[in-house]
Amino acid sequence: MKTKLILLGDEALAQGAIDAGLTGVYAYPGTPSTEITEYIQMVRPEGVHCTWSSNEKTAMEEALGVSYSGKRAMVCMKHVGMNVCADAFVNSAITGANGGLVVVAADDPSMHSSQNEQDSRFYANFAFIPCLEPSNQQEAYDMARYAFHLSEEFGVPVLMRLTTRMAHSRAIVETVAPEAQNELHTPDADHARQWVTLPANSKVRYPKLLDTYTALEEVAAKSPFNAVHKGKDHKLGIITTGIAYNYLMENFTDGYPYPVLKITQYPLPKRLVCEFAEQVDELLIIEEGQPLVEQAILGVFPPAKPVHGRLDGTLPRTGELTPDAVKKALGFAPASVSPQPSLVTARPPALCQGCGHRDMYTMLTRTMTTFPEGRVFADIGCYTLGFLAPFHAIHTCVEMGASITMAQGAAFAGIHPAVAVIGDSTFTHSGMTGLLDAVNDKANIVVIISDNLTTGMTGGQDSAGTGRLEQICYGLGVEPEHVRVVVPLPKNYDEMERILREEIAYNGVSVIIPRRECIQTLKRHAKQ
Amino acid sequence: MKQDIILSGVGGQGILSIATVIGKAALDEGLYIKQAEVHGMSQRGGDVQSNLRLSSNPIFSDLIPLGGCDLILSLEPMEALRYLPYLSPDGWIVTNTTPFLNIPNYPEMDSIMAELGRLPHVITVDADTLAKEIRSPRSANMVLLGAASAVLQGLGKEALEDGIRKVFARKGDAIVEANLAAFRAGYDHATK
Repeated sequence: MKTKLILLGDEALAQGAIDAGLTGVYAYPGTPSTEITEYIQMVRPEGVHCTWSSNEKTAMEEALGVSYSGKRAMVCMKHVGMNVCADAFVNSAITGANGGLVVVAADDPSMHSSQNEQDSRFYANFAFIPCLEPSNQQEAYDMARYAFHLSEEFGVPVLMRLTTRMAHSRAIVETVAPEAQNELHTPDADHARQWVTLPANSKVRYPKLLDTYTALEEVAAKSPFNAVHKGKDHKLGIITTGIAYNYLMENFTDGYPYPVLKITQYPLPKRLVCEFAEQVDELLIIEEGQPLVEQAILGVFPPAKPVHGRLDGTLPRTGELTPDAVKKALGFAPASVSPQPSLVTARPPALCQGCGHRDMYTMLTRTMTTFPEGRVFADIGCYTLGFLAPFHAIHTCVEMGASITMAQGAAFAGIHPAVAVIGDSTFTHSGMTGLLDAVNDKANIVVIISDNLTTGMTGGQDSAGTGRLEQICYGLGVEPEHVRVVVPLPKNYDEMERILREEIAYNGVSVIIPRRECIQTLKRHAKQ
Repeated sequence: MKQDIILSGVGGQGILSIATVIGKAALDEGLYIKQAEVHGMSQRGGDVQSNLRLSSNPIFSDLIPLGGCDLILSLEPMEALRYLPYLSPDGWIVTNTTPFLNIPNYPEMDSIMAELGRLPHVITVDADTLAKEIRSPRSANMVLLGAASAVLQGLGKEALEDGIRKVFARKGDAIVEANLAAFRAGYDHATK
């Protein structure tokens, strides 16, 4: 029975995983990956785990536990989440997968909601893990189901790489009847040892993993997801990956004028690339993200024939592709367009009116005016917008959890006051271990955990430590009298400022928790 | 048949509800659909847009090329002008005239209306006021969709009304009727 649904790429992938007999999804929210898990939470398939994890590393390990038990698990994250779970991800190639294990990384070229453009395909290469990169929503659905089978057949995890436009664009998807979940079965005698990564075991396992990766390259060469399309004019051959294929075809309205090799399954099938390149005079490589395929083809020695792409300026070196960027690369005339009227002004995102972070920053900037040498080390979340007008309140934001640890380092180096600003969800994601360091170091810092009782930036998902932040701080060794809770409202500014000044004066680790529900989740709860 | 539509506005105004109604109607008409949305950081009061593509043939790109857009449907007048480089020379702009004032340097309304006035195919509608007049102040987005239905190709007024019924059905009859009334008020405004 086939059903037609209009689904986001994220949702199509999620439905594919459900229909593949998924036992559990494990994830931390992050744009553009959040809707995968939210979709599974909305569908609520019976017996499928779908609550949020504390961070991407715990999510990956939880999923690995499901896979060890013979059942199918999926881990979802944004691209920078791959950095957080890298230890578990890379070593999951050594343990291998027992039940199908699919890791989804949603990349964000052009940095719509991110701090960098890292391309997750490099992680797959690095870890010797196969990678699938759907070019449309139907492929996202079909590949999710295929990925679980590939994972079980070859005993390795599979990475699925999405990009923003793939994740957040809707199209019609045809679904098929779901498979049943796997029965519980632990690794057999041949594979049990590799799950204990002692050197003696991993030395045996590693060459086998490399052999598997070689075999997977031939699987990719024969995969229906990697296709050669014939074209009459062999002066040029075009290699596209993932969603880049769509931008090419947007410009080829009457079929293929040049031969086209569409790659959506890795490891990059070198045989297929060489056979394709032999037929043509020059190559144009069009890929969304960083030039992984282009670099692989170029290597170090001068290429046998010209290779064009992001590295020689035929396509932009940075940012996501567009139909117009590809049009230019093909040498087609640009569309004649009306300019944007000069009166159109930028409308940057801002903290919502009524948001508790606003009151926290108003109080903080008011206090910090008397400490011009002081610095505020912030973190990832809505409150990063405190950098912008009217607050101009923060001096750093690097990655999840860096606020507390950077404040600790800066305090040791001589900055006073060194203030960390971190949200509740980011604190339980990656801030707790840093706070333990600060306590052990007797660091002279003030940590503001701006608690809105949710993961706000990504739309209001559950926050792992809600209701237990004070206990967590006590447990990590912060003196109870230096854990202060305030309600961030204009009427409390004087009290908030007094408390902040007291804690700045204290030589040690202080935690101030301004606590008020996110205005967006509050509105949603009021409607219910 | 192909219709490339840019829906624009400010985060939180409800452009995605418009896209959902058009998408539902298009699915029922057997059309191909692609709809690229913006989620995440820019939703916090920033400018947002959605590229909605309908066609009787398969659609490749999720993004509309420059100069290829048939209709800019905007819940905010300055935001309509932001996407002008995407508008085809024959394309239409249907825009709400109520400004969303959350930036200190918002341009003069007169100059925005003058820019819109220079373009050949523009329908302006005070969707907020019309929605209030029919006592459905939260349905300005459906007023705008009603106005756009006067120039939208490939989907008739009935198909869109049916889309509204299906999309809002789970919220109850009163919400469905309020949105239908808003849609019709917009349509009447654009066609009178």
